[in-house]
Amino acid sequence: MRHKQTRKQIIEIFPRQSWFWSLIGVVSLGIVFVPIPSTFSQPVEKTLRVEASTFEFTPAVLSVNPGDLVTIELNSTDVVHGLYLDGYDIQITAQPGQTAYLKFVADARGTFRFRCSVSCGALHPFMIGKLKVGPDLLLWRGVGMAVLAALAAVWSFHSWSAIT
Amino acid sequence: MVRYNLIQIPVLRTLLTNRWPQLIIRALALAGFLLAILAGFVGTPVGNRNFAIIMVWIAWWALLIMVAVPLFGRGWCSICPIPIPGEWLQNGTILGPLKKKSGFGLKMRWPNKFRNIWLQNVAFTVLALFSIVILTQPRITGIVLLALILIAVGTSFIFERRTFCRYLCPVGGFIGLYSQVSPIEVRVRDTSVCAGHKVKTCYTGNEDGYGCPWGIFPGGMVKNTNCGTCMECLRTCPYDNIAVNLRPPGTDLLQLRGRKLDEAFKAFIMLGSAVVYSVVLIGPWGALKTAAFAVGSFAWWGYALSFLAFVYLLLPGIFYLAVRFISQNVPGKRKPLRMFTEYAYALVPLGLAAWIAFSLSFIFTNVSYLWSVLSDPFSWGWNLFGAANSSWTPYFSKYVPAVQVLVLIVGLFWSITVIQRISGERTLSEYKPWRTWPVVAYSAFVTVGLLWLLVG
Repeated sequence: MRHKQTRKQIIEIFPRQSWFWSLIGVVSLGIVFVPIPSTFSQPVEKTLRVEASTFEFTPAVLSVNPGDLVTIELNSTDVVHGLYLDGYDIQITAQPGQTAYLKFVADARGTFRFRCSVSCGALHPFMIGKLKVGPDLLLWRGVGMAVLAALAAVWSFHSWSAIT
Repeated sequence: MVRYNLIQIPVLRTLLTNRWPQLIIRALALAGFLLAILAGFVGTPVGNRNFAIIMVWIAWWALLIMVAVPLFGRGWCSICPIPIPGEWLQNGTILGPLKKKSGFGLKMRWPNKFRNIWLQNVAFTVLALFSIVILTQPRITGIVLLALILIAVGTSFIFERRTFCRYLCPVGGFIGLYSQVSPIEVRVRDTSVCAGHKVKTCYTGNEDGYGCPWGIFPGGMVKNTNCGTCMECLRTCPYDNIAVNLRPPGTDLLQLRGRKLDEAFKAFIMLGSAVVYSVVLIGPWGALKTAAFAVGSFAWWGYALSFLAFVYLLLPGIFYLAVRFISQNVPGKRKPLRMFTEYAYALVPLGLAAWIAFSLSFIFTNVSYLWSVLSDPFSWGWNLFGAANSSWTPYFSKYVPAVQVLVLIVGLFWSITVIQRISGERTLSEYKPWRTWPVVAYSAFVTVGLLWLLVG
């Protein structure tokens, strides 16, 4: 009986709480879309040497600034390896002992996985590295949304329980 | 709570009660499964060109974790090929039950002390420890698939019903756990009808169908966990008292009955495995990948022990401390271990979200291999569909990270609402949201960690 009453009350209370969900919606839109000011040095030409061997890239984490003209020198030390850059959808292949060059403007911000694009052995699908272009806005916006989601979930039940 | 009985739709009723659609799908699944075993043994050893690896660990896994489990719960179990040969042997027939009792096997009862999912937890953990090898070596995948089907046949010969599925299958344990979030359930429409039905044909079977292969009496079922959605009860109930309901997702998580420690631990095993795989497989640390691959080496033992410590001690240990903190602040004496079990169910949505987000990392990257292995399953130079030489192409690489963030946020929100409901269900009148902050913080911390591992 009490359960039924509670449900009825929820139905009654939620329309009155539309301001709460509107607020959550506005704040989440802010977290997702509001541009975050950041200062960077002038774009420069940057050359990064990456060694590929089974099954890792060294260094595995690369950092550049947005707008940099980046050249990745891929050097394979054992078998044929490739480098495919997620998000930019570009790739190169390096023969053993030879260097291949991948040149691009780092115009998309965030953290992007790069991965081997040539079957090189058992763990080939998991031969992965990271390219960081400026601050990782997706991660920070995700963390902001996680905090908001946690608060919203707690508050929504708090409102519900307060009337029962 | 609102329910809609899908059986009211005539087409669905026909499809679910008629044995042929299910048999055809199961036969196709069995054929695919046997082909995967064969490809594992005689196909190319190059994993991403082998039907077994791509079909099982990319195509099947994607469908299971992103579609079948979230939407249909144990729907996969109703068409799973692994128990089929054993079940046919046990029943002595392929389609419906025969008028004369037939079949082979000892039909023994599964021992009472193993009537839980601890063995499934152990089976999953063993596979997880070797998973980097299993995922990448076609022959090992072939051996594992063959072993599963042989164990299932052996179990069906010795024990009654689908004992393998319910108590041994390493996959079935987590499908059961996550089936609680599904918007579909099989339940009785009126329990008093079941109470008044003396024969219980849903359990014993009749000429229209088998007794519940999962050993469940539908009249007492309150959760999806052990229901294989095989629809036998729909066929055997003489009173048309079985419903296949569309319901609010996650309803089972708020069910007070049936919360057990073995299932609670499953939640940690699954969440912990998703975190470890995100570190080892998706992370940039080559040494970790090599350690996880070098089975038996000193490095592998380090990986294996770290895995076990993280999944069985650290994750549940911290959670226990968080729950213990809550138990000291709630009115009345509540045993922390009981509260630990109850609150662990709140991690089910987050765990499922973690697995979906993790799987997104490699599914869209590698699914393009599927076109070539379908055209040339053994890498023998065939070109059945003209796609044998199609090149590797990652799909949606720009968008996958944003989807992963969204999935994890939804999982966190859902988990925290369940935490609040569990907190309030026994002491609603004295409910205070701040009391749950240790468990909320735990869930948020795990989510942020996963965000960092997967998109950071």
